[in-house]
Amino acid sequence: MIDLKDKLVLALGERDGVPGPALEACAVSAGAKVIYSATQCFA
Amino acid sequence: MIQERRAIGVPVIRAARFVLAHVPDLVMSGSKPRRELARQGEVLRTQLRAHLRSFRDAVAYPPHQVLIGNQVPELLYEFPRPWHMRPMDNAPAVGAAGMIIDQDSFYAWLARADTANLIVLDDAYAPRIAAGLEGVRVSTRDAAGLARAVSAGAEPFHCDGHDGDVRVAGVVLPGHEEDESLRAPVLLENLAAKVTGALALRRLRDEVAPHEPVDFLLGSGEEAVGDRYQRGGGNLAKAIGELAGVRTPGGADVKAFCAGPVHALILAGALIAAGVHRRVVVVGGGSLAKLGMKFRGHLTVDYPILEDVLAGMAIDVVADDGRSPELRLDAAMVHRIEDGGAGHHMYGALAQAPLRTLGLRLSDVDRFAVELHNPDITEPAGSGDVPANNYTMLAALAARAGEITREQMPAFVRAHGLPGFSPTQGHIPSAIPYLPHAILGLTEGTMTRVQFIAKGSLFLGRMTGMSDGASILLERNAQFLRKGVTS
Repeated sequence: MIDLKDKLVLALGERDGVPGPALEACAVSAGAKVIYSATQCFA
Repeated sequence: MIQERRAIGVPVIRAARFVLAHVPDLVMSGSKPRRELARQGEVLRTQLRAHLRSFRDAVAYPPHQVLIGNQVPELLYEFPRPWHMRPMDNAPAVGAAGMIIDQDSFYAWLARADTANLIVLDDAYAPRIAAGLEGVRVSTRDAAGLARAVSAGAEPFHCDGHDGDVRVAGVVLPGHEEDESLRAPVLLENLAAKVTGALALRRLRDEVAPHEPVDFLLGSGEEAVGDRYQRGGGNLAKAIGELAGVRTPGGADVKAFCAGPVHALILAGALIAAGVHRRVVVVGGGSLAKLGMKFRGHLTVDYPILEDVLAGMAIDVVADDGRSPELRLDAAMVHRIEDGGAGHHMYGALAQAPLRTLGLRLSDVDRFAVELHNPDITEPAGSGDVPANNYTMLAALAARAGEITREQMPAFVRAHGLPGFSPTQGHIPSAIPYLPHAILGLTEGTMTRVQFIAKGSLFLGRMTGMSDGASILLERNAQFLRKGVTS
């Protein structure tokens, strides 16, 4: 388990998996600061 | 006499056809192999060539047999994976929903499609495909001449020689000396899309109401046709129609990444409903750039290079014929700018919301067609089972809505989902490969409604961070249903 509080996060999401905005929402809710969020399509 | 205004009608989707062109030698021209070959050269080329499939193997491949309509998708649940280990004996290259052509046939069509006289064939190769070149003016050069053209910017395409060696079968010359948009590799990519789209359209025209004129073609592929002043100017639809030998339609393209075909189906339905046209065919050609896209993963697990086919499609949208499934425009949905991009936002907006407007639940849909990527292609590359992930999201939405329990989610996925069976050709896997099966199920089968959900990765173009999507609902024809009840 990683404590994300006050950590800087790069959120790299996948369109058909967990996209960037969802990762961002989780990280922010855990107290992290998202400095970059992107979604890619790996399919 | 003044013409009366045409009555607003119900659009139906009458048929869909898919054509696969098995082009193993063009795998090296795909974007990823091309870049990697430039770095690693002959060692990688030898490795790639050792993993190419024969035409027979491509035809016997179970997902391809599903795509051309010889098998139902559900059959794949019964086949242990990887599916290339389960070739289907005596599988035909032609099916009710399409066909598979070999590389020589494809190259002949490439020459046929070349209205700008930019294709030059090897003079020793041309006789091999002479039957396909009948009536076509073709330029040829010897091997040395082709090599000189390549060094001047022409793009080669290869074949196996009779001695088993790889040789240049021909080249595409650049369309202009200084124009980036008309570079030879770009033209080969666009010609490949034109050919595969045209072959699908021909198949549809020949088999479905051949004497009924097509009014309009809507292109929905991912190619970018144009010169330096209008990169992506488009309207490949008309070029596809011309090559397919149809004379009556006009055309235009709809661009929306992988979601293009479903957007185009909504627009086609609207054109029919409004009485603008009586018959609209949505077309799309294959993506050369995506050949061998995931070859690294396939080499790692010692699979053949499964991304060795170009896919084209044609979908027939007409006014109510009393039989074909109805395209419910009141349940057609697009992803809006204000909608979120996370999976549950996408499926909430595209699947659940339009059903709710009709008073329906997710469970009331017999089958959902989502991104139908073949998992044997995506999993070795670490991209997971795309359809399975998307069906799990739909099941989760059904659970959250109280339609099912969490424990019932796997059963929901099995009952309402599908195995992936489409090549990873971008807009092609985007729900539409299920159309031939859905049309059969909604007419001769027992299904009542099928929803098609497509997603588009707009963010890839660097113009926005947004995703996109669109969905349509097909229902058993109301007239056909009544006939069924009374007969």
